[in-house]
Amino acid sequence: MRQRDFENRHRDSWAQLEAWLKNDHHSAEVAALDLPAAYRELCQQLAVAKERQYTNRLIDHLNQLVTAAHHRVYRQQTLRRKGWLHYLLAGFPQAVRANGRVVALATALFLLPALVMGIGTYNNDALIYAMMSPGDVLSLESMYDPGNRVLGRERGSDTDLAMFGFYIKNNIGIAFRTFAGGILFGLGSIFFLLFNGLYLGAVFGHITRVGFVSTFYPFVIGHGAFELTAIVLAGAAGLLLGRSLVDPGQHRRSVALRLASVEAMKIMYGTFLMLVIAAFLEAFWSSSAATPIAIKLGFGALLWLLVFAYFALAGRGESRHAN
Amino acid sequence: MLDTTYNVETPEGIDLRARVAGPVPRILAFAVDVFYRTLILAALGIGLAFAKTAGMGIWLVCSFLLEWFYPVFFEVLRGGQTPGKKAFGLMVVNDNLTPISWGASIVRNLLRFADFLPFAYATGIIAMTLGRNFQRLGDLAAGTLVVYRDTEKVPMALPDAAPLPPPRDFKQQDQLALISLLERHEDLSEARQQELANLLEPITAKRDSAALEYLRSVGSWLLGGRG
Repeated sequence: MRQRDFENRHRDSWAQLEAWLKNDHHSAEVAALDLPAAYRELCQQLAVAKERQYTNRLIDHLNQLVTAAHHRVYRQQTLRRKGWLHYLLAGFPQAVRANGRVVALATALFLLPALVMGIGTYNNDALIYAMMSPGDVLSLESMYDPGNRVLGRERGSDTDLAMFGFYIKNNIGIAFRTFAGGILFGLGSIFFLLFNGLYLGAVFGHITRVGFVSTFYPFVIGHGAFELTAIVLAGAAGLLLGRSLVDPGQHRRSVALRLASVEAMKIMYGTFLMLVIAAFLEAFWSSSAATPIAIKLGFGALLWLLVFAYFALAGRGESRHAN
Repeated sequence: MLDTTYNVETPEGIDLRARVAGPVPRILAFAVDVFYRTLILAALGIGLAFAKTAGMGIWLVCSFLLEWFYPVFFEVLRGGQTPGKKAFGLMVVNDNLTPISWGASIVRNLLRFADFLPFAYATGIIAMTLGRNFQRLGDLAAGTLVVYRDTEKVPMALPDAAPLPPPRDFKQQDQLALISLLERHEDLSEARQQELANLLEPITAKRDSAALEYLRSVGSWLLGGRG
């Protein structure tokens, strides 16, 4: 068949499909169209046009049309309505447990330097200056000085909101960077875990040494349950990316990285949520000076228990059903 | 072959074709996005300045969202195009040329930080130039591509000419070459077309405008025109 006859024969169906794709297909003006059937026909016509070596113009035009239809046909849609609920109740803790060894490694990379630095700064009053400038140390001390009536700065409710914004931007940014750095063969995640561990250890050790215990621990215990765990989990997700590049196993590195990123994101969504919770707590709960210390410590301990119980227990029964 | 076309075989057994976009248009598109983002942040900053410290908190949350999720929002909900990409005719797609999903978009934009290291997207640009499809690290992990979104093309507009049958020893390759010459008749000057037509003098035994006229007639015949 000559090209002109071919075009004449199919012109109407192409125009119809084009109109359908351009318009929102819910609108009544455009005639109903059986997209899969129209798409298959179009694919066949493109194949024929290529085989018969019709002009590039025509082939390009059909290719465009096929691509547009392809986008509609293969649009990825989640079919499960309760995807999010299921993820929170089971998927997230299951993903953390499934990667238990990497999570343990990330925990060690965070806690060991924190412990060393904490003991160091507790026993040596000069070591803190290896991590922070004297000005920073001074402002840190003044923040948790029990002589202050308010924790941190002078705080009204609008300051709480400002601090919430700061925690969101700063802390979640740190967690995202810790994760992203993992793609550099894991090195970025390791760096951020070590650095944050050292820094936090230094703060803990120093504050304990100067004796601001009664203000500092009630302040950090509540949001710490979510924030510290989330940083470790973000690091673990990053290490998953890194591991796929260092030791891709049976796959090509590109494939291994793709699979690892799917697995890592199962951890990252939950981590993000934990950090938002942490920012809320830190801005609106931890800073309140009115709450008695005992209640703060008790509630904080409860939160830690809750977080650990969640990761240890949630979604266990379901995995047994699935198997 | 050294070119930027990217082919995917669909389940229907045909090859979809796209052209992947290199670093330069992507950097320019990114610059446009940075401009828009700065503009939004400045406008928000002015607007929220009236809310004092509480406004500061809201502004920080907004700047966090813009920093990490501005591209995600546009890539998923606006057909793979941030405003910058739209300005340069680019779009993000999955590497099977399907529309990008939430998961993939979030991965490629979280890993932006790694691509940025140590400064000015150096890692990302190196990764792009090393790979075959200009994928930065985020693209590799998410399985995404940045391709050109083709502009609408008018299917056919060949010059009118009375159809004439081609010479007898006119091979198929010659036919294809002839038709692609005629397809470009609007882009090439008349003189250049005649010059090209003169190359076929051994076959057509004609020169200049007569030769071009003859070739147009043959082309019209080849595409199915009847006198």
